[in-house]
Amino acid sequence: MTTQVSSAHEILQRLENEILIFDGATGTYLQQHGLESGGCPELMNADAPDTIRGMARAYFDAGSDIVLTNSFGGTKYRLQHYDAQDRVRELNKLAAEHAKSQAGSTQYVAGSVGPTGEFIEPLGAVSESEMYDAFAEQITALEEGGADAVMIETQMVLDEAQIAIKATRENTELVVMSTMVFDKGPRGFFTMWGTSPEDAAKGLRDAGADVVGSNCGNGIDKMIEIAELMRPVVDCPVVIQSNAGIPAYKGGEIIYPESPEYMAERYKQLAEIPVQVLGGCCGTTPDHIRALKEAVK
Amino acid sequence: MPIVNEGLQREFEWVTRPGEQKHIGEALDLADAVMQDIAYALITGQHLEVDRITQECLNNGYTANHILDHGLLNGMAIVGVKFRDNVIFVPEVLVAARAMKAGMAHIEPILSASGIEPIGTVIMGTVKGDLHDIGKNLCIMMLRGAGWTVHDLGVDTSPEEFADAVMEHEAQLIGMSALLTTTMPNMGRTIAYFEDIGLRDEVRFMVGGAPVTREFADEMGADGYGENAVECVETASDLLNLIKELA
Repeated sequence: MTTQVSSAHEILQRLENEILIFDGATGTYLQQHGLESGGCPELMNADAPDTIRGMARAYFDAGSDIVLTNSFGGTKYRLQHYDAQDRVRELNKLAAEHAKSQAGSTQYVAGSVGPTGEFIEPLGAVSESEMYDAFAEQITALEEGGADAVMIETQMVLDEAQIAIKATRENTELVVMSTMVFDKGPRGFFTMWGTSPEDAAKGLRDAGADVVGSNCGNGIDKMIEIAELMRPVVDCPVVIQSNAGIPAYKGGEIIYPESPEYMAERYKQLAEIPVQVLGGCCGTTPDHIRALKEAVK
Repeated sequence: MPIVNEGLQREFEWVTRPGEQKHIGEALDLADAVMQDIAYALITGQHLEVDRITQECLNNGYTANHILDHGLLNGMAIVGVKFRDNVIFVPEVLVAARAMKAGMAHIEPILSASGIEPIGTVIMGTVKGDLHDIGKNLCIMMLRGAGWTVHDLGVDTSPEEFADAVMEHEAQLIGMSALLTTTMPNMGRTIAYFEDIGLRDEVRFMVGGAPVTREFADEMGADGYGENAVECVETASDLLNLIKELA
């Protein structure tokens, strides 16, 4: 417990005067290493531990200061689609242990927590307290496995992200980071639920997040626009994890168009805003992280 | 008659494109006060109100068709415009959809008993390996609202299941959805499967989903693409017109 508290504390302390680098895509990496289309990534924590440890190794070697765990769909609500709803603790603890096993003394692990896919009452069938319990179950297991932080990511519903933040604050010592996905429409950037980047940044911060930002859904040029909206409204570090552009389909394969060099130039612009935590999302690879590190460190 | 429901008048002000103002305005001209009440209750997601007024109208001699055309569909048209234009978002659309469903629960049995032909039949499903269905369900709701018969195959739909459904329901259209980049290629694989079994010319494919772009749709050989649920209905109508022209 003491080591977790101190490395969590260390992350925030370092962010006061330096940029920290996150990892690149998990899904993209796993697809290149045996994950079948539509398969359950979290089951690989039990079934393919070497692959999961290898992924953390690859990103740490590329220059990541923080690596995400392979636990994006690790709540019982996601795992139930693979009949693994009773394995929340096991799979999330393993996810954190695999990543932590590769971390050096100044490298950290953030437990990935994605959306449940359920709607809170009255729109959906799940109550706030049921959702809180599901997040607490996942996040305490991530802490038990050695995570230093939690990354509540790719969120579309502010209420849901806030419940996850609260569940982390009230049950763990982890640093809390949280990101939402925005889409640019005729009236600007909004989540599917209608929250603007400014309202998201404030809402996540108010709920208790230490670091707020955006991930996924956009290439890096739009991420710069989003960061410029979020940065002025909060007093905490901002995080951006950008896709390598919007995927295109060429000859039966998915291709992400933004190269490491293309993104590296724009990561510099993000750093100037300033965005203190930088990383990649879908389509980014260890090569992107290497280029990012070179560009901003 | 002019719009007498003040709430509906305010809602109609969200319709700003001239073509749509004309189209929806003309439709609203044919709606009397109580049809306007239904439209307004639907737009604002008051499903109990829609349920109550629809039943009351049927009791008072309105036909099911009249309520659908002049009440419910006018409401859905404005919901579609507001959604596309970022005035409302997914939660408001889901609530309006629930109100639509409350009205259709009265209307649908009467329409099907009287043998009224639907506009067309479409098979909808999220592709194999993908379990996400919010977007697909929005599309289905909008399609049904526009008078289409929709057979929903749910999530994780294999090419074989799409083919079986087309034959069983004699559908002209298939709508495929994917949220994951990992499952997007399964759209192209489904189209390829239809080519392999000689069914490709029998059916038109439209595709959509958060990571799906028009370029992606073209590259995989789809016939139509919709960026959102409103465009899905427009795409379906365009493809149906194309089928009729070619026939």
